[in-house]
Amino acid sequence: MRRHFCGAALAALLLGACGQEQDQGRQPYSSTYTPPAAEAVLIQHATVLTGTGSRIDDGDVLVQNRKIAQVGKGIAPPAGAAVVDAQNRWVTPGIIDPHSHLGVYPSPEVWATQDGNEATSPTTPNVWSEHSVWPQDPGFEQAREGGVTSMLILPGSANLIGGRGTLLKNVPATTYQEMKFPGAPQVLKMACGENPKRVYGKDRQQFPSTWMGDVAGYRAAFAKAAEYKAKRDAAKKGKDKGPDRDLGMDTLADVLDGKILVEMHCYRADQMATMLDVAQEFKFRIAAFHHAVEAYKIGPLLKAHDTCAVMWADWWGFKLEAYDGIRENIAMVDAAGACATVHSDDPIGVQRLNQEAGKAMAAGWRAGLDIPRERAIRWITANPAKALGVADRVGTLEPGKDGDVVVWSTDPFSVYAQADLVYIDGVLRFDRAHPPPLPDSDFKLGILGQGEEMP
Amino acid sequence: MKNILLPLLGMAALLPGAALAETIAITNAEIHTLGRAGVITHGTLVIRDHRIEAVGENLAPPPGARIIDAAGKPVTPGLFDAYTSLGLKEIDGVSESVDTGARKSRLSAALDAADAFNPRSTLIPVSRVEGLTRAATAPQAEGDSLFAGQGAVVSLGSLSNWLVKPKAAMYADLGESGAKIAGGSRSATWATLREYLEEVRRAGTPRLNPDHPSALGLLDVEALKPVLAGEEPLVVYVNRASDILSALKFAEDNNLRLVVRGGAEAWLVAPQLAAQRVPVILDPRLDLPQRFESLAARADAAALLNKAGVMLAISLDDDFDTHNARNLRQLAGNAVTHGLDREAALAAITLNPARIYGVDSTLGSLEPGKIADVVVWDGDPLETTSFPRTVLIEGNEVPPRSRQTELRDRYMEKLKLGPYAKK
Repeated sequence: MRRHFCGAALAALLLGACGQEQDQGRQPYSSTYTPPAAEAVLIQHATVLTGTGSRIDDGDVLVQNRKIAQVGKGIAPPAGAAVVDAQNRWVTPGIIDPHSHLGVYPSPEVWATQDGNEATSPTTPNVWSEHSVWPQDPGFEQAREGGVTSMLILPGSANLIGGRGTLLKNVPATTYQEMKFPGAPQVLKMACGENPKRVYGKDRQQFPSTWMGDVAGYRAAFAKAAEYKAKRDAAKKGKDKGPDRDLGMDTLADVLDGKILVEMHCYRADQMATMLDVAQEFKFRIAAFHHAVEAYKIGPLLKAHDTCAVMWADWWGFKLEAYDGIRENIAMVDAAGACATVHSDDPIGVQRLNQEAGKAMAAGWRAGLDIPRERAIRWITANPAKALGVADRVGTLEPGKDGDVVVWSTDPFSVYAQADLVYIDGVLRFDRAHPPPLPDSDFKLGILGQGEEMP
Repeated sequence: MKNILLPLLGMAALLPGAALAETIAITNAEIHTLGRAGVITHGTLVIRDHRIEAVGENLAPPPGARIIDAAGKPVTPGLFDAYTSLGLKEIDGVSESVDTGARKSRLSAALDAADAFNPRSTLIPVSRVEGLTRAATAPQAEGDSLFAGQGAVVSLGSLSNWLVKPKAAMYADLGESGAKIAGGSRSATWATLREYLEEVRRAGTPRLNPDHPSALGLLDVEALKPVLAGEEPLVVYVNRASDILSALKFAEDNNLRLVVRGGAEAWLVAPQLAAQRVPVILDPRLDLPQRFESLAARADAAALLNKAGVMLAISLDDDFDTHNARNLRQLAGNAVTHGLDREAALAAITLNPARIYGVDSTLGSLEPGKIADVVVWDGDPLETTSFPRTVLIEGNEVPPRSRQTELRDRYMEKLKLGPYAKK
């Protein structure tokens, strides 16, 4: 059926994936990413930060059949395996950016490409960021060269409820479905504070214009969703015909069912505490607060709710709600026993999340916190995996996990560190010694090298 | 009461003359002089009366000098950011606290950053504890004028004598943003600029068409005179290679002292920039085609410019150019990672900004006679994990405190983290 449609020009435009085989039984919008076959790789003699909190000096990592097969010392290379001598180099799990707008706010940043905020209503749980993703964003390959193997693509924060976000594997692709992390839960982006009340209240004299208005907006949406869910549940038991289909309510009901994780933009400590109450009222869980500039003030509260904080190393002061940002935020959340992660929220910052973690780690040292590198690496690997509900799949170098591995030229927290080799599901996707002759992004073709031989 | 007095005493110590001028000897240091002496591996640096008196290998400290043992670690000049709006804005989202631009002002070139500068901005201690001692603070073009106004070179170490050089440069936006301001095209940008300069040239003579309103106010004209005379540099924000060449021609035609800021595609026209001795203020992180004027942006642009002989300053070119001016050393480190010579990277955040703004006779390097802006680091100054151990501005030690350290200490104690856990 789908292949038949591919014959039609219009359908080809819509699908963007003609010529690519699609299963008859495939769920619409599901992942079509299948890593190609690759030879086994044994990385030897590296300083390995496993992401589990361990460090192995002179360690080896074996990647086989797209998965981490073995991690330890003195691993014998299986027959046919490629062997990488990583002496004086470091190995970590692939970096995971838990907050990215690559593809939805791509380069170049012009009107035609800025598809990240459906800022026409403060509550838009019906939209999905993946539908806006432009896989040709040159930012993807630059992030890959920085060791980033997965990133959560979120809608922006104009709205109280901004829509669904989706986790992508950072592989070159023509369609977003070819990047979609198979089996990862979708998330719901929500936003606290100044942005929604500025966009609607200050700029348009609409609801909400205050923080209490923001809170009323979330509560109204979830109150409605609870009714929708009750009807949906009753229909499943054959006791009701079910609600009229509402795309937004589908999303919120899935949140109440625990199928969609809530990722919430929130800066101030008091506002995060208020949101934890909203979540308690409607019986959903907030997986992570994003930006969380004041998370260091409420580390124990976050720990008690098992809610992660997704933070910048040092952005501060651009809004009043970001005025209390400090360099020690990440380290202090970690020291309080809560789940601390670093994010970029930026196409430039995503290229050096390792350095951002390095700055945050060193700020913690100066505050008297004992943070070994094998712990700090978790802020950009295992902890974001937890925040995004894929801790069983990625984020650590443990047998059975996806073969997402980075070989760094030196200590990955150093400003001088470069990702030399980046493997995604066991496939070498970036090799600094052998860079591709042309960029992956179609957009970047033909910009340079044209006419240089002419007078 | 005690809580109020303590910070005040700390601030008083920063005022030159408020405390007795101390003689200081920094010993056992790896001194990056940025001067003719290059790097001195076992050096001593002597500071007397706020100035550098001597610097050299294994010098004996003068009797009575306070000794700062650098323990073999690097010592550099205080960092100097070639482009910030420090003292002009507190919080971007709070318009009352922002004086960078004046969308509705009738005047443009006449606007002077020094008139608005607030030496008590909380951003200043946040920046200086990380080794930033001097900055150019600049207005931003808003509204209908290509000219943003005039910037100043300021000290981050004094509440009274912060003004190092007023009217240190005129700032203007060209390229995409300039075209938008000028009415919609690059052609309009250049025609408008030419007319502005013509108006300055004809100042005082009767207007050909007295009914045609002037785009420049009287004081705008006055402010542009030193620019037209080639005395005050014109810092233009421009990225596309063709726009940079247009700017070079415009500067040559009018004998202007041009400085390029932005410069995403400057590496494509590096020989021309070098030949005309036009410096570039660059953010080496910006390697994406984020705009159509920066399609050829690349990560090793700083190295390419330096190799071609272009004078390079490194500064943030994003929304955090002011709040995170402290990160300019990370930018310099990234430039080194992408091929820039290490001492050239240090020069791009110390000596070269001083040269661009014409204050290098007293600032920018560790040489006898210069003002004692000195940072003693706990490691490689360009490394993410390093931090200043001691920061001196004009020979006065910067207190290791800021609004951010106070927030940190309050919550470390409240939540009993780290060193507070046992108490």
